[in-house]
Amino acid sequence: MLTYVTKRLGSLCLSLIVASLVIFACIEIVPGDSASFMLGINAQPDTIQALRVELGLDQSLVQRYLGWVGGLLGGEMGTSYTYRTPVSDIVKDRLQVSLPLALYALTLTVVVAFPVGILAAARRGSVTDITVMGATQLGVAIPNFWFAILMVILFAINLRWFSAGGFPGWDAGIFPAMKALTLPAIALALPQASILARVMRSSLLDTLSEDYMRTARAKGLTRRQVLWRHALRNAMIPVLTIIGLQFSFLLAGAIIIENVFFLPGLGRLVFQAITQRDLIVVESVVMLLVFAVILLNFFVDIAYAWVDPRLRVRS
Amino acid sequence: MKSILLSSAALLIATSAYAAKTDVTIGLQLEPPHLDPTSAAAGAIDQVVYSNIFEGLTRFGSDGAVLPGLAESWDISEDGTVYTFNLHSGVMFHDGTSFEASDVVFSLDRARAEDSTNAQKALFAGIESVEAVDATTVKLTLSAPQGNFLFNMAWGDAVIVAPESIEDIKNNPVGTGAFKFSEWRQGDSISLVRNDSYWGTPAVLESATFKYISEPTAAFAAMMAEDVDAFYSYPAPENLAQFEADPRFTVLSGNTEGETILAINNKLEPFDDVRVRRAVSMAIDRQAIIDGAMFGYGTPIGTHFAPHNPDYVDLTGNAPFDPEAAKALLAEAGYPDGFTTTLKLPPPSYARRGGEIIAAQLREIGIETEISNLEWAQWLEQAFRGYDFGLTIVSHTEPMDIGIYARPEYYFQYDNAAFQDLIEALGVENDPATRSELLRQAQTIISEDYVNGYLFQLALTSVVNARLTGIWEDAPTQAVDLTAVSWSE
Repeated sequence: MLTYVTKRLGSLCLSLIVASLVIFACIEIVPGDSASFMLGINAQPDTIQALRVELGLDQSLVQRYLGWVGGLLGGEMGTSYTYRTPVSDIVKDRLQVSLPLALYALTLTVVVAFPVGILAAARRGSVTDITVMGATQLGVAIPNFWFAILMVILFAINLRWFSAGGFPGWDAGIFPAMKALTLPAIALALPQASILARVMRSSLLDTLSEDYMRTARAKGLTRRQVLWRHALRNAMIPVLTIIGLQFSFLLAGAIIIENVFFLPGLGRLVFQAITQRDLIVVESVVMLLVFAVILLNFFVDIAYAWVDPRLRVRS
Repeated sequence: MKSILLSSAALLIATSAYAAKTDVTIGLQLEPPHLDPTSAAAGAIDQVVYSNIFEGLTRFGSDGAVLPGLAESWDISEDGTVYTFNLHSGVMFHDGTSFEASDVVFSLDRARAEDSTNAQKALFAGIESVEAVDATTVKLTLSAPQGNFLFNMAWGDAVIVAPESIEDIKNNPVGTGAFKFSEWRQGDSISLVRNDSYWGTPAVLESATFKYISEPTAAFAAMMAEDVDAFYSYPAPENLAQFEADPRFTVLSGNTEGETILAINNKLEPFDDVRVRRAVSMAIDRQAIIDGAMFGYGTPIGTHFAPHNPDYVDLTGNAPFDPEAAKALLAEAGYPDGFTTTLKLPPPSYARRGGEIIAAQLREIGIETEISNLEWAQWLEQAFRGYDFGLTIVSHTEPMDIGIYARPEYYFQYDNAAFQDLIEALGVENDPATRSELLRQAQTIISEDYVNGYLFQLALTSVVNARLTGIWEDAPTQAVDLTAVSWSE
């Protein structure tokens, strides 16, 4: 187990180094200068130059890369060009929305997908199964922003149960904050739950048709006992993989939903920062997300080893 | 009977709740990068701080007139080079320090300093010195008379800031205005509270929140669900008819300083030929663009000047929509079969939607356009600084900016010595009648030179709760002045 973990850690570090290089290079070659963007079309060239110096944009690429990575190692993400506040503060604020939202959506996803997927697999071919397959197909196919807009029209404009969007902040209390995240979380969870339920079902069906399942049945276990005791655990590997991917997607990819519900999340921050050429914010946030995804995959890998002892031995 | 009683009681509660309402939430599309109006061009900053938080020596009224601000009155010397401003006394900054002449000296010196990052540094170029005579008197000396000086001092970039708070101005602006900055929840909203020790007429509202909603669909939903009380510069003109039909809302449609033009690269062949530029102008059906791209909101213009300005001359007749005549002009210039050029479009919908329509109209006279959609930062780099464009569409939102035609290096590269002389003469002219005459001449010259295709004056359409009064209908500058906003019963 220890070598397995060490190996995984090594690849984690390597991925981070490569990612930092790729991110920095990609973002620095994007055309457009933050100083000119901020000063607009009436600014004089010397004013733009003064601002470039103030922002440190007159330094060489290598200097800026080293400065940035050095800062990251020390836990410093630099100062935003446009907001002029430390990037880490901005990110901390945004994470207070994005992280709970992702967790909320993921919880909904799991809570819905697990029973539905297990039910469909247990009753393969039945009306329940066909209904589940049809509904999840629809869930995958419906664009979530469109579904979000429909929910806004129904629950915010017609019924007035929810606000059309926005986030009151956690200092307004847990309930108002969670309420503000409810519609976005449902919109995010719908396609994810559909995908996860389908994966759960097919993975369970695969395991159920294995020889050892027949053996277990022959040993005298009931269908239900086989399902819960043996099939479920073995079917978890693909499911865990998908959950890992889904969480990183929910953390970083909620940008469209954040725009529909005008939530001050990470996705919207990156989007704004790109249009304003606030490159330091883009670089740092993307790096942070890469870090989160890599770390998550690392944990998923560890979780594999936990559910499947063979992985521990093999490595 | 009971139900009638109940409902009238409910009505009573409702009306008294309305009457008691002392806060307002205004929806806006673009969030400012920071809150220092003196070091960025972003109109989003002025929308929050102009007149609400910061004030200048002079200020714009809702009709664009220049009014006294922190300066109560002023005297101008005979030769027009010395301005003596008499400041209001007893004015306090929001942090409790008092406002004095030395703050004016500090602010103006900061704006015109060597390392200043003021986006409109040109406004201060003619200032030779600023001196505090006593606590409430400032003497300003110009190197040459400047006809526009009081107007220039009304810009959001010329507001008076406090030296004590300058370090943190970007996140905690301290001004003299009727509202104090309260909180900025970045990505979400900015809130202001009333300044109870304001020197002038105090604001009616106790607090105000600007809520940032960038998606047009979300803006619609927020307005419909009454999450916001007004949406300033509403981003989806296609919904305006629906709001107009709804008694809960009023749609305000006013003028802005935004001359929307089809900018032409005057140095690029074949546009260096005035006949080609004229052909382009005559190929454009302005009303079709206003109807198609702006859902009917906008005023056709024939030159680079705001139609609501008293000195405006209607020159739309210089380039009537006439594709046949345009084709003949092209043939005369040596392009009987037309040519191909680039059309670079920045993000706003006037450009993206308008661009498609213009491309179709130009195709009618044989000009093919390769359309590329650019982000602002790309547009600034390629078109604005790199001169790498044939045609582009931009709304020039700065007030009174006809002077850009006197800058040959400005992106459309119009170089006319006679025009440059005229603008120079205008700069030092103080007599109102002569100024008007010069402005009319300037408009006519650029119109007859067909420097750019003049499309329309950008309209400002806002959706406002029907009971909310005092929101500016026109936008002489990019401000959401809340000082006179209140709820009617």
